[in-house]
Amino acid sequence: MGQFGIGQPVRRKEDVRLLTGKGVYTDDVNIDGQVFAVFVRSPQAHATINSIDIQPALAAEGVIAIYTGDDLAADGVGTLETEVEMSDLAGNPMFRPKRTLLATGKVRFLGEPVAVVLAETQEQARAAAELVMVDYDQLPSIASTSGAVDPSSPPVWPEHGSNVSVHWENRPASEIDVHMERAKTRVTVDIVNNRLVPNPMEPRAAVAQFDAETGVMTLYAPTQGGRRIQGGLAKGILKIPADKMRVISQDTGGGFGIRGKLYPELGVVCWAARRSGRPVKWRGDRSETFVSDYHGRDQVNHAEMGLDENGRVVALKVHTILNVGAYMGENGPRLPISGGGRIIPGVYDIANFYFSVKPVFTNTVPTDTYRGAGRPEANFLMERLMDAAADATGLSRDEVRRRNVIRQDQMPYMTQMGLLIDSGDFIGNMDMAMEHSDWKGFEARRKDSEKTGKLRGIGIGNFVEAAGGRPTEEMRVRISPDGKATVFAGTYSHGQGHETVYAQLIEEYLGVPFADVSLVQGDTATSPMGSAGTFGSRSSWMGGLGIRKSSDAVIAKGRKIAAKLLQGEEEGVTFENGVFSAGAGSVTIQEVAKAAQEPKNLPEGMEPGLDESFHVKRDAELFNFPNGCHVCEVEVDPDLGIVQIVRYTAVDDCGVVLNPFIVHGQVYGGVAQGIGQALTENTVYDAEGQLMTGSFMDYGMPKAQHFSHIEALFNEVPCKTNELGVKGAGEAGACGAPSAFVSAVMDALKPYGIRHLDMPLTPDRVWQAIAEAKSDKAA
Amino acid sequence: MQDFTFHMPAAVADASGLLGSCEDPKLIAGGMTLLPTLKQRLAEPTDLIDLGAIADLKGIRREGEHIVVGAMTCHADVAASELVLSTIPGLAMLAGQIGDPAVRHRGTIGGSCANADPAADYPAGIVGLGATVVTNQREIAGDDFFVGLFETALEPGEIITAMRFPVPKWSHYMKLRHPASGYAVVGVMIVDTGAGVRVAVTGAGPSAFRVTAMEEALSADFSAKAIDAIKVDADGLNADMHASAAYRAHVIGVLAKRAIAARR
Repeated sequence: MGQFGIGQPVRRKEDVRLLTGKGVYTDDVNIDGQVFAVFVRSPQAHATINSIDIQPALAAEGVIAIYTGDDLAADGVGTLETEVEMSDLAGNPMFRPKRTLLATGKVRFLGEPVAVVLAETQEQARAAAELVMVDYDQLPSIASTSGAVDPSSPPVWPEHGSNVSVHWENRPASEIDVHMERAKTRVTVDIVNNRLVPNPMEPRAAVAQFDAETGVMTLYAPTQGGRRIQGGLAKGILKIPADKMRVISQDTGGGFGIRGKLYPELGVVCWAARRSGRPVKWRGDRSETFVSDYHGRDQVNHAEMGLDENGRVVALKVHTILNVGAYMGENGPRLPISGGGRIIPGVYDIANFYFSVKPVFTNTVPTDTYRGAGRPEANFLMERLMDAAADATGLSRDEVRRRNVIRQDQMPYMTQMGLLIDSGDFIGNMDMAMEHSDWKGFEARRKDSEKTGKLRGIGIGNFVEAAGGRPTEEMRVRISPDGKATVFAGTYSHGQGHETVYAQLIEEYLGVPFADVSLVQGDTATSPMGSAGTFGSRSSWMGGLGIRKSSDAVIAKGRKIAAKLLQGEEEGVTFENGVFSAGAGSVTIQEVAKAAQEPKNLPEGMEPGLDESFHVKRDAELFNFPNGCHVCEVEVDPDLGIVQIVRYTAVDDCGVVLNPFIVHGQVYGGVAQGIGQALTENTVYDAEGQLMTGSFMDYGMPKAQHFSHIEALFNEVPCKTNELGVKGAGEAGACGAPSAFVSAVMDALKPYGIRHLDMPLTPDRVWQAIAEAKSDKAA
Repeated sequence: MQDFTFHMPAAVADASGLLGSCEDPKLIAGGMTLLPTLKQRLAEPTDLIDLGAIADLKGIRREGEHIVVGAMTCHADVAASELVLSTIPGLAMLAGQIGDPAVRHRGTIGGSCANADPAADYPAGIVGLGATVVTNQREIAGDDFFVGLFETALEPGEIITAMRFPVPKWSHYMKLRHPASGYAVVGVMIVDTGAGVRVAVTGAGPSAFRVTAMEEALSADFSAKAIDAIKVDADGLNADMHASAAYRAHVIGVLAKRAIAARR
């Protein structure tokens, strides 16, 4: 293993470029002759559109055109619909409404685009957008997740009759009731898993250009890999051949799942470029992020768990309501089930499991994948149940967990939901986390905090994920005649550091120096046809495996060429550290690459060049299972309700770690987002469906001051189902942090008898709970 | 942002003249509130008069028993000023807790006070320290300056030039930060003037106010115990999704006691 090989903490190649402002984001793209688009958005949560008067706006200075949903419909522009299909046990399918790119007839959430204005300048477009007169008749609206299951709630889709799109169950509940009845101890938890606004640093943007001569539509936009958006736009929206649709993402400032989606605005901008004959640029602002980027989480869970006299779980029933918003996102309805939720019961060996999910419509922004995508919700629920079980049985929080985790000797372990967990050391994770957090010494620290009037608490959270996302990916590796290597990736790094990690892999596999490796990605014209993208903690696995296999093919071809160059037999040629050897002779991979250009050096019938690709295809039901145990320690100021993290220990098993420096970054970022959900972030709609937290003035992002040092440790258990031994790393922190944190706060608040509070644990909420507990005691 | 004409006068008199002659002018100091407002098209002035080039408006100096802070002095300069730290540490403490480093290097004391955001920190300092607001036309007592939500005693055409603070015996500022914005959910300034105690609160009401019951109790006995029984009435206090009026009323008491306990 060289200085830049697998497992080395190599500094990120891309950082200098990105940190010195040399990145090229979509807003940096300008095309001669471009016009600016501004969307007219609904100020209403739910309303009938009586009319749209565009005449005053059309007359405004600089205005080129104004389009509404009717214009799109008249031109045959397609609609968006979810990829998800599911049905109830009786076979009744989910209600799957289609979404027009611009609202027609009705608006169903605040921020829904109704019209688009094109003008010569951004300011002219914004000014004209204010002149577009939409006549609305307000309709009753519903924003509440739990309220939407009420049959009398105002229907978002009257044609369906109910806001419940489907009642999905894994099996009849009665099958579990018999097991629940024999439990000695039963615990229940009720959880509101708060809605989040993902907020990547880069707001959405799009620049589209249509070349009438070639018929090629080019779209620049931040994505998580353009291939899927290319397909969706070409086939579903613009109805053109996929090879006439090109999607380019140079740099993208954060994705978290929601940047991978085909948003209506992308379709509108492309269509408007074709219709108007001018390149169109749209630069969404932060306010639009809040009301039009898909939101995350927003579940209400009710769960019941039964344990026997030994503290072993004998039955588990989970009822989840998922708020899908006004329309169904591409993957949104899948999240509590196949998208991540089915990882319940987490790291625990629970044989009898009933699971019910109701995705409900409300007059809110659609929800979809956000870092963890169903897995943070699932793990949080399971860990709250374990804390409740500890309370009810009198066992310590770690002991009740130890009695129930899946042991290594049970692996591979098939879960109730059909996931095959290949590896993981769940007891070892807990041991390591408890040792490094000095769990034993906690009582002494608690007493020290008491002296300063603070309540100290410690919490533990286990988690496991199912990582990997879509089952295919394609990667290509080329060694040029100059000896330099290029990876053409189907994955798309939008912060993950692929430029660095892929170069490490190439140095490791092919011996081409780290500095001589470059990455080509983010353009459907150059990325492999089998490209899928980066999401679901998949790139080290799917991308890494693609590089491994492409490299193998490069070596195989190189060996043939080397044999000819060295005048030996192919079988006798060895390859190590970038050098092909046969007997006393040797030739470097760079020399082979150069020689490969000349047909005279090649065996008969061989194509010139050293350029191989590999299409990774795996079983759609095969995932890997990143897991870990996080321990969080907090101090609560009982007079003000302020919670401060004072110590944080993260033990993660991401399988083989390709670059600890980068994986630590993933852990820190994931923990920060998990703590954001648990401590500061909340999306609040009022009863009228108005968004109360529409800016950073009201929506609390986690800040450095909220954290202590995070000790990030690895309990590395290689994955058994891929050659690299890797497991996902991108979403783990967000799965582990909320439960460890809330467990710690509840530990601190135990003297008041407070056993659960819903996230986020803001000062007001914590203080209120303490005040109520005090007055209950007094009464 | 709507187009506007930008002016950068070198003297207060020129700025004042522009205020009188332009169609719909606005003064801009640090712009920490005005710029986002312009970007959101919530304000569309025809002319923007930048006070940043007027040298007279900057700087901190001692004038006898007073510290004078020029209206265009940024928060970071107040927070780091040796003069302020050695004479009115509570004011430096307050300035150092405003927003974040970027805001503290752009935002100014004059701009913050003229804007009179109910959750801004400076109003607690102006009222608590019994400062005098000096304008190009007159002097206004700090107690009379903040009259309501985003409302001050300033007349049209009036420009704040400086804040004049009497040097107290002791001062301290404590704040509960808003979880999202960093503004004061509650900020409490406690000042021992030598002739009595002043307690000023920001963030909790429509504008900064004094808690006279605490002032009387502390003037007689400067101890946390002296105000233990004093409950601030939640009636009329701000309430929003981040903090109820009852919470704010409670926090005023807690922060006041902690500030007092900080005196050695």
